[in-house]
Amino acid sequence: MRHAAASFEFSERVGRAVHLAVCGAVLVFLVAPMLVVIPLSFNAEPYFTFTEGMLRLDSDAYSLRWYRGVIEDAEWRLALVNSIVIGIAATAIATTLGVLAALGLANPAMPGRGFVTSLLISPMVTPIIISAAGMFFFYSKLGIAQTHLGVILAHAVFGTPFVVISVTATLVGFDHNLVKAGASLGGGPFLVFRRIQLPLIAPGVISGALFAFAASFDEVVAVLFLGGLQQRTVPRQMWTGIREEISPEILAVATFLVMLALILLGTVEWLRGRASTRPGNAD
Amino acid sequence: MARPLSGARLRAAALTLPLLAFVAVTFMAPLGSMLVRSFYEPHVADALPQTLESLRAWDGSSVPDENTFRILATELRLLDQQRKLGGVATRINRLEGGMRSAIMDTARALRDAEPDSWREAMTAADPAWGTEEAWRAVRRAGERYTMRHYLNALDLDRDPSGNIVAQSPERRIYLPLLLRTLGVSLAITVICLILGYPVAYLIANASPGRSNLLLLLVLVPFWTSLLVRTTSWIVLLQNQGVVNDLLVAVGVIGDDGRLALVYNMVGTLVAMTQVLLPFMILPLYAVMRSISPTYLRAASSLGATFPQGFVRVYWPQSLPGVAAGSLLVFILSIGYYITPALVGGRTGQLISNMIAYHMQESLNWGLAAALGVILLVTVMSLYLVYNRLVGIERMRLS
Amino acid sequence: MMGNRGDWRVLARNQERVLFAVFVTALAVGTSGCGSEGITVVSWGGSYEAAARKALFEPFTAETGIAVHVESYNGGLAQIRAQVETGNVHWDVVDLEFADAVKGCDEGLLELIDIDELPPAPDGTPARDDYFEGTYSECGGGMVYYSTAYAYNRESFPGERPSTIEDFFDLAKFPGRRGMRRVPLVNLEMALMADGVPTEEVYAVLSTSEGVDRAFRKLDTIKAEVVWWEAGAQPPQMLADQEVVMSTAYNGRIFNAQVLEGQPFTIVWDGQLLDYGQAAIVAGTPRLEAAKQFLMFASRVESIAEIGRYIAYSPTRRSGMSLISTHAETGVEMRPHMPSAPENLTRALRNDAVWWTNHAEELTERFSAWLAR
Repeated sequence: MRHAAASFEFSERVGRAVHLAVCGAVLVFLVAPMLVVIPLSFNAEPYFTFTEGMLRLDSDAYSLRWYRGVIEDAEWRLALVNSIVIGIAATAIATTLGVLAALGLANPAMPGRGFVTSLLISPMVTPIIISAAGMFFFYSKLGIAQTHLGVILAHAVFGTPFVVISVTATLVGFDHNLVKAGASLGGGPFLVFRRIQLPLIAPGVISGALFAFAASFDEVVAVLFLGGLQQRTVPRQMWTGIREEISPEILAVATFLVMLALILLGTVEWLRGRASTRPGNAD
Repeated sequence: MARPLSGARLRAAALTLPLLAFVAVTFMAPLGSMLVRSFYEPHVADALPQTLESLRAWDGSSVPDENTFRILATELRLLDQQRKLGGVATRINRLEGGMRSAIMDTARALRDAEPDSWREAMTAADPAWGTEEAWRAVRRAGERYTMRHYLNALDLDRDPSGNIVAQSPERRIYLPLLLRTLGVSLAITVICLILGYPVAYLIANASPGRSNLLLLLVLVPFWTSLLVRTTSWIVLLQNQGVVNDLLVAVGVIGDDGRLALVYNMVGTLVAMTQVLLPFMILPLYAVMRSISPTYLRAASSLGATFPQGFVRVYWPQSLPGVAAGSLLVFILSIGYYITPALVGGRTGQLISNMIAYHMQESLNWGLAAALGVILLVTVMSLYLVYNRLVGIERMRLS
Repeated sequence: MMGNRGDWRVLARNQERVLFAVFVTALAVGTSGCGSEGITVVSWGGSYEAAARKALFEPFTAETGIAVHVESYNGGLAQIRAQVETGNVHWDVVDLEFADAVKGCDEGLLELIDIDELPPAPDGTPARDDYFEGTYSECGGGMVYYSTAYAYNRESFPGERPSTIEDFFDLAKFPGRRGMRRVPLVNLEMALMADGVPTEEVYAVLSTSEGVDRAFRKLDTIKAEVVWWEAGAQPPQMLADQEVVMSTAYNGRIFNAQVLEGQPFTIVWDGQLLDYGQAAIVAGTPRLEAAKQFLMFASRVESIAEIGRYIAYSPTRRSGMSLISTHAETGVEMRPHMPSAPENLTRALRNDAVWWTNHAEELTERFSAWLAR
């Protein structure tokens, strides 16, 4: 019996070591690719690999020329402005509509909730090429292809599922008697929303909005189908860059996008931390 | 009691209405217009109304009569003058190779002709007009409502008597591609499960601080631009890239034996696995977090080895997470477009890339739509299964 | 705790206001069509586009005050057709391969331009007589000759170096990956020439289905080693990175990589295809007048010849030949690098645009089915 227990312990220890090694490898596989672009974006040479100078940490082997190239390039600047304008506008639409819908869905009285939810989430699971192709046909008919409006609407509808999901999550376990109580005290629906529900769902709203913004900021296929020269966004520029002329300028932009991702992720996690310490919210 | 309840129902429903309307207009209607394109093709029917009318009585077993030749010649000439012939010729050509040049050459030859026999003049311009195949192609291209895009998408065709038959071997590409897409998606799902399961287990059983840190590592790629991740893989995997350089430096391969790791199926598999891995880990983690470690401990105290305990006790409890993660990864990968387009080269392309090709390059929009509908139906059925099994409300983003 | 909630409310209130303001501005931006003055001219990216910028776009804007927005594409009529068929024309002038110009003109995708409207030669010779045989269509005149030849990186071949089109298809003699453009055009012709078909018979052979089979069989022999490119800027990049040991490429791109970046590239002037580009106006553009103005400017002999000071492409007008001089940035004599130089034409095939107009559709379909397998 003792022998068996010892061998169990031993095999468990070996197993644990193997397990940790595997997990380490997988995490490296997940994260390392993004880290590799960062040093390469400072490469003084127009190559996509570490030069000998870089490995020796020779300061001449590093330079900011690709960053300068991006900043001085009017196309990249236009793309950045477009990405921000489209991202914010799409997020605003997605957030407004998504929050309203989530409030409705969280209400126990909501009829056909399962069906409506799956309908509202469907833009997220539909293959992007199909959505974009359909939008190309339909938006052309409406005359809003090749306009900012067309791209904004497309990105807004791609963003709504994120808002619906994260706001619904903050409303899980919400006591709807609070709304009734608020209403019985004479509060109008808007006042009740502002005073009772909004403070509670605010973290969900903001993380949903950040998700929607990140989704728009990363979206390229709808822009390919719906956007013209004036609607070029950062991912669209990268797309052409990757397919046609891989220049280290792309790595500079990629580094910027990694930083942006870290900031967005940090914010969302911070919000989540705050939300989960709030009473009355079952996370 | 009934009225306030229905009022509450109405209020709740009213809150979802704006978004429902928005999704209907900006998303459902576009999908609808694509569905319509997959079976409705009015172009040729509108361009050659009289010819098609005249062909209605044609039995298809011999070349039509002189009158039909004259009507077609008249309509072709009119289209030529309006500079609309090319689009019509292209569409007919899709059904019968060689028809484009036949139509264009004939229209050019007939520009100022007033022949006694239109039949002779047209067969002189292009002998194709003396064959039934050419006329059948015209008639079929003129069908306003058609299943041919679906047949085409499934590598099927109609023989002269209208029976559905298999496409000739060198034109059979869509079914193999669809199967390849399903196979690749399955492979990616399995790889993600194998790689993701131990990581999810680790995170679920770590101390809260550590587990948060590990979760962050999983979430970083989740938040990072897909294009950035794809670029990274090109940088890493290309011929002169970091991985090959490393292998050469270590001496595993020679400088002339560098491995082709990108712009092929390997590139697609590696990059897509990395991109989709978080979608496996997160649902697994969510389920594993709720599995109490005491079960495993109980199993071991009863004398079970870790593998025994794991297989009998832990794995069955984690199955909901396995199902949720696998379905999610599978659904997302069959519709993948960007990664295969950028790192897949010729051999690593999936069905979405073929749809994009027909949307943007061959402009065979009907076929693109039919392929799209087939893909959409596949994805939506899986989505319904997911919905049944997991419940979409429980989908979590972080 | 209460303090936190207060913060949230303030944040939420302000956010509403900010979001509303942004929403309104965005809609205003979206619906105003972004106020794009000027015309959109579509070129081929990379160093050819850079040459066109200096030789055509910038001087045109300086002369007329009309801004030129430049968009890049990789050839083909698809995007033009999509725009015309959906009634969404946002490209005004496109620099097309000649076969596409002829086809697009046939199909009503391009505006008709009478050859007599085009500017005459400096000595007064009418455009009709100044253009080389068959270098204009009903939709405008040609601009410059270019060749699609193959080139290699000398560093990839320390020993014997490839010198004929047969070598490109000879994996045993010259192993390694090859770059080829992802279209049937050029590749099928090269395959037949490498298979022993004399240049003057290539299109006759390719007109038979046995000939097409033969070309694809030849391509089959190197298929596994081919890296397919789409943009003209890719081949020099792939050669520089040694991603491929040799690649078909537009000769001007290789020339620019040679003189501007000092790349050790060699063009093999054997079994290449000579072709020319044509600028044409997309049918139904709302900016027809400005587009026409640009087309006239770009058709001037001086403009065409000016392109040849930035990239090794030669004029399609007789009067332009005497204007070939030196490279604007490095002073290199351009004549020996031109695709029209007699010493470069010992075994060259002239692309048959009319033939391709009739066969492109089927061969492209077959080619993409072949690629997908």
